[in-house]
Amino acid sequence: MTQKSLHKRHSELANSKRQLEILSNGIFQNGDLPTFKNKIAETNQFPLKAKKLEILQINVGYMCNQVCEHCHVDAGPDRKEIMTRETMQQCLDVIEKTGAHTLDLTGGAPEMNPDFRWFVEEASKVGIKDFIVRSNLTIIRANKKYYDLPEFFKKHNVHVVSSMPHWTRGKTDKQRGDGVFDKSIKALQDLNAIGYGMPNSNLKLDLVYNPSGAFLPGNQAALEKDFKKALLDDFGIQFHNLFAITNLPISRFLDYLIASENYEDYMYALVEAYNPAAVTNVMCTNTLSVSWDGYLYDCDFNQMLELPVNSKAKHISEYKEQLLEGRNIVISQHCYGCTAGAGSSCQGSVA
Amino acid sequence: MQKTYYDPSDLKKFGKISDWNEELGSKFFEYYNSVFKEGALSEREKSLIALAVAHTIQCPYCIDAYTGDGLQRGITKEEMMEALHVAGAIRGGASLVHGVQMMNKVNKLEM
Ligand code: SF4
Ligand code: SF4
Repeated sequence: MTQKSLHKRHSELANSKRQLEILSNGIFQNGDLPTFKNKIAETNQFPLKAKKLEILQINVGYMCNQVCEHCHVDAGPDRKEIMTRETMQQCLDVIEKTGAHTLDLTGGAPEMNPDFRWFVEEASKVGIKDFIVRSNLTIIRANKKYYDLPEFFKKHNVHVVSSMPHWTRGKTDKQRGDGVFDKSIKALQDLNAIGYGMPNSNLKLDLVYNPSGAFLPGNQAALEKDFKKALLDDFGIQFHNLFAITNLPISRFLDYLIASENYEDYMYALVEAYNPAAVTNVMCTNTLSVSWDGYLYDCDFNQMLELPVNSKAKHISEYKEQLLEGRNIVISQHCYGCTAGAGSSCQGSVA
Repeated sequence: MQKTYYDPSDLKKFGKISDWNEELGSKFFEYYNSVFKEGALSEREKSLIALAVAHTIQCPYCIDAYTGDGLQRGITKEEMMEALHVAGAIRGGASLVHGVQMMNKVNKLEM
């Protein structure tokens, strides 16, 4: 199990330029596989364009209590990038004036940002329809000061979306670290106890599944059925929806793919599973991602690759709907992760 | 010239068998895809059967394909190994059950 981020280890893959080079060289340079641009051009879908903003996803910092092997953020306890209250205020100003129906807070572990609770309190007053916090579950059990998070989420009507790679301990701990499974189960039980995830409850609790290795996620509905049955039978746990998310070949997952000599096979698998119907709904077409320092990206993946939005407005303080709507999305070969099979986004399948 | 009988990348070219007989090829793939759809058995159960059969017929392509398929479906390695033991038991049993024939013959021939 990885204990440190790529950044802390001074790995060459901590450098986003190096990642982008890898994604453009080799099999994509010699023509064995088509580039994403050429692939979407086959069906006249190039350039990809942003439609109306529906989801504002804010990454409040890369610090995390976990160091998952597949993490596309390269998050961990050693990451110090944290959004300041000032930047949060700039985000709030935008949230108030956009027509976006969803606000999606992510990280790292967003709860580790010292101003997290203040931000949630303020943002919940704006009256956004769906207010998501991506919580890794173990944070709730990591320290006493987080034990009341379920109650805090409930108070602000937060929609909790949590990661759970498998319904068995073995597979979960292998991807996310020893003890993660037991802590996650306890956190889910705490959430259930106050109404989260219960049938017909308005307190939404969804789970995110992403494969624990170099393979693509199976059918989302079938996996949801298996997860529901196993978690209910074994632990009496309930939840609403399962989002099956494909691991994108960037950051720590790219590092893993290369180290385990799975990189080429994985890229072949992604390209083979390419589904033009998924291209229409890739999340960058209705989402904007804000980094901890307030810069704007087409998605959280582009944020990690340091590929800024192709627009005059580059920072949340310069946000203008007219400048961002209709912009050309910045793409590279990692985008194949969003268009494989039923497609993949932060809300799961898209096609 | 290819130095081995099996090349993992050939699995990706499976569809090409239709190039030399379009009609039978497409009939086969249509049948194949229908077989694996959810019916009285779930897709998951069928995947495990396919994995066990793949080991019985010792087809490296099928072993690759259905190990990957199982992982995608969230099937655990413990479940996969149990399925293989079913294949192993039937295979071993098929040899051993013929022991009765051997015993019959011995009993007939020996004084
Ligand atoms: S995947 Fe999530 S929980 Fe794991 S290290 Fe990354 S941000 Fe943290
Ligand atoms: S990786 Fe980002 S930019 Fe590329 S298709 Fe996916 S959401 Fe869009």
